[in-house]
Amino acid sequence: MTIAEDPATTAPGYKWVGTRMIRPDGFEKVTGRARFGADLKLNGMLYGHVLRSPHAHANIVSIDTSEAEKMAGVRAVITRADFPAPSGPAGDQDLQRNAMAREKVLYEGHVVAAVAAQTRGQAKAAAEAIKVVYEVLPHVMTVDEAMAPSAALLHPNLMTKGIDPAPTGPSNVASRALYQGGDLDLGFAESDVVVEGTFTTKPVHHGYIEPHAAVADTTPNGRTTLWCSSQGHFTMRAMSAKVLGWEPSRLKVIPAEIGGGFGGKTTIYLEPLAVRLSQKAGRPVKMVMSRDEVFRATGPASGTKIVAKMGFKNDGTMVAAELWMAYEAGAFAGSPAGAGSMTALAPYTVANFLIEGFDVVVNKPKVAAYRAPGAPMSSFAVESLIDEAATKIGMDPIEIRLKNAVTEGCQATYGPKFPRIGFVETLEAIKNHPNYQIPLGPNQGRGVASGFWFNAGLNSSATVHVNEDGNVIVVTGSPDIGGSRASMALMAAEEFGIDAARIQPVVGDTESVGYNDQTGGSRTTLATGAAVIEACRKILADLRGRAAKQWDVPLDKVEWVDGQAQHVDGTQPPLSLEDLAKGWNRTGGPLTASAALNARGVGSAFSTQVVDLEIDPDTGHVTVLRYLTAQDAGRAIHPSYVEGQLQGGVVQGLGWALNEEYIFDRNGKMENASFLDYRIPVASDMPMIDTIVVEVPNPGHPYGVRGVGEVGIVPPLAAVANAVEHAVGRRLRDLPLSPVRILDAILNKDC
Amino acid sequence: MAHVHFSAGLRSSFTGGVADLVVEATTVRALIRALDERFPGIGEKLSSGTSVAIDGEIIPDADLEALAPHAEVHFLETLGGG
Repeated sequence: MTIAEDPATTAPGYKWVGTRMIRPDGFEKVTGRARFGADLKLNGMLYGHVLRSPHAHANIVSIDTSEAEKMAGVRAVITRADFPAPSGPAGDQDLQRNAMAREKVLYEGHVVAAVAAQTRGQAKAAAEAIKVVYEVLPHVMTVDEAMAPSAALLHPNLMTKGIDPAPTGPSNVASRALYQGGDLDLGFAESDVVVEGTFTTKPVHHGYIEPHAAVADTTPNGRTTLWCSSQGHFTMRAMSAKVLGWEPSRLKVIPAEIGGGFGGKTTIYLEPLAVRLSQKAGRPVKMVMSRDEVFRATGPASGTKIVAKMGFKNDGTMVAAELWMAYEAGAFAGSPAGAGSMTALAPYTVANFLIEGFDVVVNKPKVAAYRAPGAPMSSFAVESLIDEAATKIGMDPIEIRLKNAVTEGCQATYGPKFPRIGFVETLEAIKNHPNYQIPLGPNQGRGVASGFWFNAGLNSSATVHVNEDGNVIVVTGSPDIGGSRASMALMAAEEFGIDAARIQPVVGDTESVGYNDQTGGSRTTLATGAAVIEACRKILADLRGRAAKQWDVPLDKVEWVDGQAQHVDGTQPPLSLEDLAKGWNRTGGPLTASAALNARGVGSAFSTQVVDLEIDPDTGHVTVLRYLTAQDAGRAIHPSYVEGQLQGGVVQGLGWALNEEYIFDRNGKMENASFLDYRIPVASDMPMIDTIVVEVPNPGHPYGVRGVGEVGIVPPLAAVANAVEHAVGRRLRDLPLSPVRILDAILNKDC
Repeated sequence: MAHVHFSAGLRSSFTGGVADLVVEATTVRALIRALDERFPGIGEKLSSGTSVAIDGEIIPDADLEALAPHAEVHFLETLGGG
């Protein structure tokens, strides 16, 4: 097995960083040996089933579980009575109410009760035998309905934050974010070209292939082990503990492999239910969602409505921008309206702007993070209007972006100044690529768009052990959702100067390694990688000391080069990692070190993309002919997995742009809760997604890493809409651009 | 001396339109205390539900962060990532 398939891609000055080693977890995954959330079986294990609300909004008058408890095989039934009353900060109370409904249900699919029984069939039958009396309430499904003066209220005490003067009564608007600069009236007065429009996007789901799954085993002494698939088992522990009313340490969470997350597995659903059922039954309990449940009960990305207006000078200078944006939060406050407000204009310098972002509760599942949460929707509006302005001015869409692009030292519209960034480099990379010059045929269009995402740092820990044979174990607490095991191995190999095949990266449970925040915010390679590097460097310092001891020389006479300790004067034969490991009894014992940090030096990410597509004028069907994405990765530790992240973001963005949407009936029930009716892109829909990995090193990371996992999903919505406009001659502002919508645009072109 | 910049939301709700301020403070916590004395109520807002950008770097839970002389400070919305 060749580890370095393409050594030619090694980054300058590095031996392992920038190579494409085969992922350490690959063999187990392609042969079916890897254990995902639903794979675990324990002796005496019961199966759990959830009873969910059939109503979008209703008071719970009563719950009668007496019949269900008597049914064959039933070992435990839980309802709101089995959990402590919600307490703590508002966000914690929302978490508790979302995990198990209290006074009322707030969306179809909201948890009302759960049953554990000996078989899945018994659990389902018993759940259906639970008698719930509801008082159905009026529901609101869109931001327009929810913000109407007479709207039914989801939460009687929800007061809008960020409004001056403060409101005197409750509403469905949880908060307003506000960003403002310059003089908007003056900006529009100075504009030669003004473009405006109202844009809408629908809720979309991540579509991770693996549904949520959890197994809990509570022992009589109260200690519980929880196996689950998530983006962060420490967070699952903390959140579950809040719902259960426990200290987190009472739970041990063992991470299963994860079959896709994309932000959607950063919160709890089944976990506290499985624990409480297990505690009540005295047996292990396994719970696995169906796809139907995933759609009805887990978080999609927000649906949005955005009213946008922008002004430009004839030379392309952006001089004014006004955005009014409302984001659906689902049943509880917490949409990414703030992030959408901050990212909307972040790639550009604009002197005069006003951005308002509203967080609005509606009777839908609470939204979850989804790759660059909030950014794709606001970018859809802004990047569409930039394209319209470029057309009106007669300017190339790359040139108008270059004219306004932020660079190092520019002040972002959300406040701070940018450090070294690579946005211009992504624009230049697209402009200079052959794809951008290919002539287009009839019914074909080309669309360009760019995007920004902050990326995150947060908390990471790592422990590194050297085995007695000189091989190395790297333990982190970051679930591997994008090839991070390989990245950790490559960085450790670079530090030690040994073959990456000698590094064994492990994702440890909550009792095997220090605390780690979630694998999210494109943070793992940067932050957990920094912890791994720091732990490795501690061991390297230790190794140099041991070599000095062995040679009886001062420490400064020893350096570590190519996997071995060398005397700077060459007077001693080198000591390899194996030599030093074998002799650790004589030099101080086992070789191990840990590092924990709250990562700094986060580097922001920019992406620019161009799509060519063709529209069938008879059906409105869109064929994506070619797609090219350029993204600043800082330094690609493993180029293949960086490219994979770039491609994955694009494909999910294409689904968002072209096909995906939640459809509800007039009672607020989802009508397309399956992959037959909710269509995500499949391989046969896609051309090869071409990638350009731009490397403008992040000065805040030892190897220059920037997070790469999220920003790729930001530009596709507008890139597709821009291409469709150029193909059919009409601007479409409502996603998805399904065949029906496009055909309507073609047939009513002159309306 | 930290140079503090207020977002439009903070200007509207707390600072009476003041956009920038130079404040004597060596930590974010001391800065928030000083600001709360001048703009009553802003301390609670800044202590929960905001991140802080210090010299361009966004830092959650930053109250104990040291502020270098002439540090540029922005208070921002709390962010989530996917």
